[in-house]
Amino acid sequence: MAIFVDNNTKVIVQGLTGGQGKYHGLRNKAYGTQVVAGVTPGKGGTDVEGIPVYNSVKEAVAATGATASFVTVPPKAASAAILEAAEAGITFIVCITEGIPAQDEALTYNTLVRNYPHVRLLGPNCPGIISPGKCNIGITAGEIAELPSAKGPNVGIVSRSGTLTYQALYELKQRGIGVSTCVGIGGDPVPGTSFIDCLREFQNDPETHAIIMIGEIGGSAEEEAAEFIKAHVTKPMSAYIAGVTAPAGKKMGHAGAIVSGGKGTAQGKMDALRDAGVKVGQNPTEAGSLMAEIVAGLR
Amino acid sequence: MDLFEYQGKQYFARYDIPVSAGDVAVTVDQAVAAADKAGYPVVVKAQVQVGGRGKAGGIKLAENADEVRLHAGNILGMDIKGHVVKRVWVENASDIAEEYYASFTLDRGAKKHLLMLSAEGGVEIEVVAERNPDAIVKLHIDPVDGLSRETAHKAAVDAKIPAKALDGVADILVKLYRCYTEGDCDLAEINPLILKPTGEVHALDAKVSLDGNADFRHPEWEEFRATEELDAREQLAREKGLQYIGLDGTVGIIANGAGLAMSTLDVVNQVGGTAANFLDIGGGANADLMASALEVINSDQNVKSIFINIFGGITRGEEVAKGIVEALGRVKLRAPIVIRLDGTNAEEGRSILANAGIPESQLTSKPTMLEAAEAAVALAK
Repeated sequence: MAIFVDNNTKVIVQGLTGGQGKYHGLRNKAYGTQVVAGVTPGKGGTDVEGIPVYNSVKEAVAATGATASFVTVPPKAASAAILEAAEAGITFIVCITEGIPAQDEALTYNTLVRNYPHVRLLGPNCPGIISPGKCNIGITAGEIAELPSAKGPNVGIVSRSGTLTYQALYELKQRGIGVSTCVGIGGDPVPGTSFIDCLREFQNDPETHAIIMIGEIGGSAEEEAAEFIKAHVTKPMSAYIAGVTAPAGKKMGHAGAIVSGGKGTAQGKMDALRDAGVKVGQNPTEAGSLMAEIVAGLR
Repeated sequence: MDLFEYQGKQYFARYDIPVSAGDVAVTVDQAVAAADKAGYPVVVKAQVQVGGRGKAGGIKLAENADEVRLHAGNILGMDIKGHVVKRVWVENASDIAEEYYASFTLDRGAKKHLLMLSAEGGVEIEVVAERNPDAIVKLHIDPVDGLSRETAHKAAVDAKIPAKALDGVADILVKLYRCYTEGDCDLAEINPLILKPTGEVHALDAKVSLDGNADFRHPEWEEFRATEELDAREQLAREKGLQYIGLDGTVGIIANGAGLAMSTLDVVNQVGGTAANFLDIGGGANADLMASALEVINSDQNVKSIFINIFGGITRGEEVAKGIVEALGRVKLRAPIVIRLDGTNAEEGRSILANAGIPESQLTSKPTMLEAAEAAVALAK
């Protein structure tokens, strides 16, 4: 098993005819993902290396039965694309677009919650999701993800940062530790999917035996996750929080990575996670080593 | 992007929020002209993005042109907590009967907008929060619903705003919410929001922070960009389209990805060094980007060593390595580089770097982030 996506997931790519959409959409397909259609208004009837393109998500869903969408369109168009997917019956939407205004994000998120409560949005501004060997939606390099082993133990990864997600995958691959699913929730202020959403799924997934969580400064998602872990997560965890030395009041690359008014510091987040029984590393490698120790104990 | 007070007031005025008549001035003569136009008495206010202006002597009342001349002369050029005053805002002085507080921001935890309203204004809201938390009304607003006049009025009643000011406050809340949402603010704050003896409610100060991601739909922000206070390095980085934040350490940092860049700063700090900057070169890390990044770092006189931390995901190691070699051919560096190249095709990348004929005094390669950080920090000492 895996969380959110597996080999049965049929995916459409909104923006397949764009440069980024084509590149990543084809890579996802080459990885083995069922990429069944693309959507670009006005380009219906064409194809991208054999993948049929439709004018609307509705048409694409009707023709293919897809349930997931990979949204890779510019910031101006992203909110409309997400809502179009939800309206057309897509239930899992991955949006990698970086640079969506926070007001649009807040409005889109709350519109989904109200009108399409069964729809899950991952991102925006995220690397996507990979269930190694089964499905890869987004920009993660599939080859750095270790396949899960049938007898385990396998690790689930959830992260706010793209490159640190890769780093975590790589740390595990080097140690031969399998990954059930790796979810990048993204670095924006209003992520559609939270740490808690992923932790809940990992806790319920029989194929996941331990969890790595990678957070960063800004907001209070890690503190909320710590509360959830205390109450509901029995699987062992390691974590890393980026931005210990980040100056206050500056957005550190990600729109959501900012320490403001003494809130959202790395130290506060690390303390909360330690308090919840999570082993917290001082750098990504240490978080990987801590996970290796956990996994050795489970074997 | 944080606005100066005068810009915040100009922004408020676009949304019909009442602010005092006034002008910005960069010279004493301009300040006098602004005062003559606004009508005496006036307040001369230092335009800096830091709290505590009043205590530092940066806000003065002036009854006539001579006093404006005196105060503007003192305030222009004044250093307030490391911020040099380049501009003053001169506005008609307001009579104040009462002071309130109002702000809108995003509550990331609740994923909804948050109105904070208090009948105790004029002091920092954090102070009110500590001294008398019950004096602050916090109301979540679902962006789908927006803020109605009725809800705004009820919030004002809940905040114990006196009856005579309720209508004025509710009006301003609705306008401020529009400014916050349509105006793409991260924060829109009025402190103090005043009640005049004559009964009008009025924004006496403005604190506005704009969401840079919404730049594309606000051509009017151009003028705000022009006054943004960036140091020379940040200016150069912006021109080159790099995500850069200047710091005051000695190890220059280049990493791909915001998370990895933050993490690189942390590891440098962890092994006893200090970072000169945050720089996210993005996923691509091609020769052009790398050359630009190296140029910006090279312009920083504090930099004693450069730590390039690249994790190849989709970008393959050999492409990154070629980019670095090419960039080194274009930029003459003052400081040595330590590189950690890992991830997809890292081996090939490292061998390209090793065989490029770059002297070891200029570039060393380390297999892990920690070892590379240690080497870079040692070189910076």
